[in-house]
Amino acid sequence: MAHFAKPAEGSWTEHFKLDTTPVSYEDSISPEHYELERDAIFRRTWLNVGRVEQLPRKGSYFTKELDAARTSVIIVRDTDGAEGSVRAYHNICRHRGNKLVWNEFPAEETAGTCRQFTCKYHGWRYGLKGDLTFVQQESEFFDLDKSKFGLAPVRAEVWEGFIFVNLDAGDTADTRSLTDYMGGLGAGLAGYPFHEMTQVTKFRAEIGANWKLFIDAFAEFYHAPVLHAKQSVAEESRKLSSYGYEALSYQIDGPHSMVSSWGGMSPPKDESMVKPIERAVRSGLFGPWDRPIDFDLPPGVNPARSPAWGVDSFVFFPNFMILLWAPNWYLTYHYWPTSYNTHIFEGGLYFVPPKSSRERLAQELAAVTFKEYALQDGNTLEATQTMLESRAVTEFPLNDQEVLLRHLHTTARGYVDDYKSGRSNATPLRASVAS
Amino acid sequence: MATLPATFADLEPYAAWSLPTEKERFTKRIATSMEELEAFYDAALPRLDDAVAFLDQFDLLALPADASRLIWMYYSLMTVSFPVEVWRQPRVPDSGASSVDCVLDLKP
Repeated sequence: MAHFAKPAEGSWTEHFKLDTTPVSYEDSISPEHYELERDAIFRRTWLNVGRVEQLPRKGSYFTKELDAARTSVIIVRDTDGAEGSVRAYHNICRHRGNKLVWNEFPAEETAGTCRQFTCKYHGWRYGLKGDLTFVQQESEFFDLDKSKFGLAPVRAEVWEGFIFVNLDAGDTADTRSLTDYMGGLGAGLAGYPFHEMTQVTKFRAEIGANWKLFIDAFAEFYHAPVLHAKQSVAEESRKLSSYGYEALSYQIDGPHSMVSSWGGMSPPKDESMVKPIERAVRSGLFGPWDRPIDFDLPPGVNPARSPAWGVDSFVFFPNFMILLWAPNWYLTYHYWPTSYNTHIFEGGLYFVPPKSSRERLAQELAAVTFKEYALQDGNTLEATQTMLESRAVTEFPLNDQEVLLRHLHTTARGYVDDYKSGRSNATPLRASVAS
Repeated sequence: MATLPATFADLEPYAAWSLPTEKERFTKRIATSMEELEAFYDAALPRLDDAVAFLDQFDLLALPADASRLIWMYYSLMTVSFPVEVWRQPRVPDSGASSVDCVLDLKP
């Protein structure tokens, strides 16, 4: 059956020194565990909140709701030009705690361009560098030193045009730079022309499942020939399920991972194997068949250098995925937890701007195809969540093509364990009293 | 009253599919019967190459109003192709009450 080589150990799972025993999903169904994850993971790791193209000029800003990290942040460009001028602040007025930037509905994200931020409540104003510049009836206050009431800053750094924030603060903060955090897998993507793929569409869904379970669904393709069988023409579907799924390669580096997959459908070898609409516009799930630009792939992409390569899926811990497709476009996924069994899923499709109407239609078909798959995946995950919560079964076998799931859950539990042990180390007195 | 370029008069009966956003197009798709979806698909797909040739006379980001309505109609054809070619029903099977909302459309 094996079509592609595995490591010398005989399996990817053993190669990465992960165990092979059945797994528990208690980490995805426990409200208490989720509360720990919020502080242990979402307040301590680099979180991708957008791209530099969303901040085209000085004063461009957007807000991001980070419910899991218990805050909302403002991201702003404070000078024209260099990437270094992207700043982030907690979205809170220093006067009496009103949310500083929002429109109509305080819980909804917003974006725009401004010279300064003005609080809706009492009119306090802040410059783009976070400094408090105006206080209404300042003389009524008691020795108010405006220089001490600037916006609370959040670490913000840019990697390959992707803006990340890190809420980790205080004495125990992990002070590693974003580039260090992205590690070898991040370094392997350096130079990919993300900045040329500025034709964007974004989708959003509220999913009734733990955030890790939905990453699981996108980090393995074992399900694809079955769940999505009907999306191929019948003969192709039978062929796909008889082959099953094997990856070209898996890579793991620290908390991050990737799977490299084949995919010969862009363009397909046999056009009768695809739907009429795909033939008509030369596009499909794997994207437009015709490459809009040519470039050399950076070394981290298609690591097996396989001629059958179709897509690489990178999982950057905790909740950010990038999928790079052979026809030179990319997808992003974000999973923003809102409770132990709900999260907001965001999908972004990034193309080179179209030069013809057929290129534009090809992009539309790729986008609507993505949505059809996401609808199938999303509902399946709600069904999984409710049955896991029954705890009728508590151990589940994972196969070697599900190695990234095993790694994700192991990594996430590791962060929680470290956090718990760090916290008990920080309060030795209480620990000794308890013992 | 014509809404599409004159050479696409045969598609005027489907002018209601000329919708500018994915949200409107998908909403219409799931509220439309299979008979009507198939009629639109059968009329529009054979004219796709003609539409592409017509649209490529213009700068994509500066389409005249009638050409814009034509390309919107063909975006509708992309989403309508799924019920007609794949699902045999307007909705994605087993998708229940779940929704995936487009919050930023491709341009134009």
